[in-house]
Amino acid sequence: MDENRAQGRSVSPRLWLAGGWLLLALLAAIFAPLVAPQDPLAQDLMLERLPPFWIDGAEPGYWLGTDSLGRDLLSRLIFGGRIAFIVAFAAAFAACLVGSTLGLVAGYFGGWADRIISRIVDVWMAFPPVLFAILLVAVLGTGLSSVILAIAIIDWTRFCRVIRAETMGQSRMDYVENARIAGYGRIGIMLREVLPNVVPSIVALLSLEMGIAVIVEAILSFVNLSISTDDPTWGGIIAEGRLSIHQAWWVLVFPLITLIVTVLSFSQFGEALKTRFDPVLR
Amino acid sequence: MNACLDIRDLSAVLPNGQRVLRSVSLAVQPGEVRALVGESGAGKTMIGKAVLGVLPSSVRIVEGDIRLEGEDLGRLQPKARRTLIGARTALIPQDPLTALNPSRRIGSQMTDRLVRILGWNGERADTRIRQLLDEVQIRDPDRVLKSYPHELSGGMRQRVLIAAAFAAEPRLIVADEPTTALDVTVQKQILRLIVQLQREHGTAILFVTHDLGVVAKISQKVSVLYAGKVVEEAETAALFAAPQHPYTRALMAATPRYTDPFASLKPVDDAVLAGLAAEIAAADQAWRRPHG
Amino acid sequence: MLLQRFMIRLLTMLITLFGVAVVVFVVIRVAPGDPIAMMLPPGATDADIDRLRALYGLDKTIVQQFFIWLSGVVRGDFGTSISLRQDVLGLVFNRLPATLELAIVALVMAVTIGGTTAVIGARERGTAVEAGIDIASGAALSIPDFLWGLVLILLFGVLVPIFDISGRVSPQLDLPFVTQFYLFESLLRLRLDLTWDLLKHMLMPAVALALPLAAIISQLLKQSLKEVLDLDYVVLARVKGFSETQVILREALKNAALPTLTLVGVQFTFLIGGTVIVERLFSYEGLGNMAIDAVINRDLPLIQGIVLVFALLFVLINLTVDMMYALLNPRLRHG
Repeated sequence: MDENRAQGRSVSPRLWLAGGWLLLALLAAIFAPLVAPQDPLAQDLMLERLPPFWIDGAEPGYWLGTDSLGRDLLSRLIFGGRIAFIVAFAAAFAACLVGSTLGLVAGYFGGWADRIISRIVDVWMAFPPVLFAILLVAVLGTGLSSVILAIAIIDWTRFCRVIRAETMGQSRMDYVENARIAGYGRIGIMLREVLPNVVPSIVALLSLEMGIAVIVEAILSFVNLSISTDDPTWGGIIAEGRLSIHQAWWVLVFPLITLIVTVLSFSQFGEALKTRFDPVLR
Repeated sequence: MNACLDIRDLSAVLPNGQRVLRSVSLAVQPGEVRALVGESGAGKTMIGKAVLGVLPSSVRIVEGDIRLEGEDLGRLQPKARRTLIGARTALIPQDPLTALNPSRRIGSQMTDRLVRILGWNGERADTRIRQLLDEVQIRDPDRVLKSYPHELSGGMRQRVLIAAAFAAEPRLIVADEPTTALDVTVQKQILRLIVQLQREHGTAILFVTHDLGVVAKISQKVSVLYAGKVVEEAETAALFAAPQHPYTRALMAATPRYTDPFASLKPVDDAVLAGLAAEIAAADQAWRRPHG
Repeated sequence: MLLQRFMIRLLTMLITLFGVAVVVFVVIRVAPGDPIAMMLPPGATDADIDRLRALYGLDKTIVQQFFIWLSGVVRGDFGTSISLRQDVLGLVFNRLPATLELAIVALVMAVTIGGTTAVIGARERGTAVEAGIDIASGAALSIPDFLWGLVLILLFGVLVPIFDISGRVSPQLDLPFVTQFYLFESLLRLRLDLTWDLLKHMLMPAVALALPLAAIISQLLKQSLKEVLDLDYVVLARVKGFSETQVILREALKNAALPTLTLVGVQFTFLIGGTVIVERLFSYEGLGNMAIDAVINRDLPLIQGIVLVFALLFVLINLTVDMMYALLNPRLRHG
């Protein structure tokens, strides 16, 4: 009891820090045209490779400096956040919907359903995920919807494996047995008795998956396969930064910090939510 | 002459300040079998663990000392303490199922103390172990030594553990409810073996048990524990003939007799427990004052 | 018993590989865009296109193409790369050793770092040392290899430039190697100067790949060590006089390692999957780097070959881990 309460206490600051960052980044992305100090696409060769504000030679209004085409880095990061969050939410929810449903079915019904679904998961696990994603986007054609679809197609197995295992555990519980004896239908039991108990895991995985989706989008942009090359993306900025690393380190450092903080926030947020939602731990 | 084991005023507390041992004093002479009886939670296992230096990290000794053949364990460096305890004591554990490493063969588990702590060569250790296996009436030592724990029955495993405990000729063995986890029929054989080996080797035993029937069979002296406190200490025969403390009497009334299995059993009397609680509370009050 | 288990695993492995082959084949064939048109110079006639199409077997139905391709694969013929005009199997074997060396070095690092921190954390349980290890492994786990790679490039390629951040080996060096396993061969030939140069290129990508796996090993092994350390046989070993480190290494580690082992297998396949982007990041000339080029060039036969080799590697690793688990677990070995 004491231990759980102590855990509950230590959860809060993490939840607030992670949630705070995500909310800030999300709001900045939504209101990007209002928040961004410059036009993210405006090139000005007079302003190329300006350093961030605390270094000599910085220009006012270009807080984090500019890239090799003179585009404002902060504005590009803010606009890049739009793509990142759209991909994160859409891809994670799609993967969750497919994966959790199949996981529930496989775990609860067992038998042939389980055997077929598990075999498909096995096949999926035998693909290198990054290569699979690159391949899919190459096949589907670059663009926002392709990126989202590719991530969902690859990562539904994460949900499926965890939810299947948890559902199997739940199905053996006495209260499921009791519900069966009481005469409830199989799908009714699955939704009423089993699903609520796996929701904390789904929520945690969902948050984790959003972080992964952000990374995969960045990787796709990095190999120049994400969306059209004009719109700024975090991965695209990183790719530019990797090329001009010796001339303008800030072009790599700032998107990298943004990406790391965002990914850490998503995973911490997920863990914290899981602890909060878990009926046993709570 | 030094006592084999001499515990003086030993007190231990949990992190929340609750006392689990309350000024326990206890002396075991060489070759003596001392029974430590009490209900679960009375602290009898805690005393055994304190002697062997394996208390859980949450339990802290706050007062008193433990002397093993005159050596004060509290004054030794951790490494020297480990070596001393390893050389002079042994443990016969409660559950033979969990007391053997599932991934190592019986042979290496029996000889490792002799070889790695006491520095014997392998051949000498092997001879010694076979001798001990013979004493615990294991007739096919080759097979047993090569086995993994899961290939032996519970009774066989307990024999192995007893043989291993006596192998290095310790001066003191802590036997922590060694028969509780076994079948009733096996219990008697194991008990008989322990007594027999104890007599042959002259080893002192601190026998932790909740079973007064066992106490009567094997020990010379008994210490009765309640709530981490020794409430009575007596020769076994004297204790059974004339128990002095009300708790001891209550405990006896609650124990079935083999001679009269149908005699009605009385649970420990509420009035006795209330009296004990008051006694403990008063003792704690007195203890807290000087210790804050 | 063991043999039976092996046969069943082998069968499921083949089914999985067949599934992978089908999925890759289907995914690639639904791709819009004509790879043949891309290979030809502008101004090629329709007859030229048809001839080339027939040459690569692209004029048959999808099912026919699949079985023609599959029967080739079974005979070791993966076809010809469209962009590089070379035998796919030869290209793959040429690049695979570089990726394997990278993955193995990363695995060794991960096991070493993860195992050491787990043992230290278990020995110092409940102290600030353990808390520090927990924080470090939590961070290492949450940040994926791609980001670790970038962090390392910034730290040791730019800020303190002590390692090389691109390529597999310094291009000006004369290489006496007959195999593609440069690192292992340099060790065998005792050319330690070359070993050092290779390691200087390999170290950062390997660390980027190793960190998340090291963190998982550390967390899992520490957890199961702590569980095992409360068991009676460990208490008995302490009574026997063994020090805490000895107790962990001799009594606890083997039993605690078993549950960790199965997970390490799956995670090692993730690590190999990670080589694709990490090789790209460090311009390391391995299979993954070639795979990305193949996708960008729409080189169908090469993509199929590479994906299938990766898949084969993955199922082989899982099979090995499964067999190791059975061998190390005395209950399964005799039961």
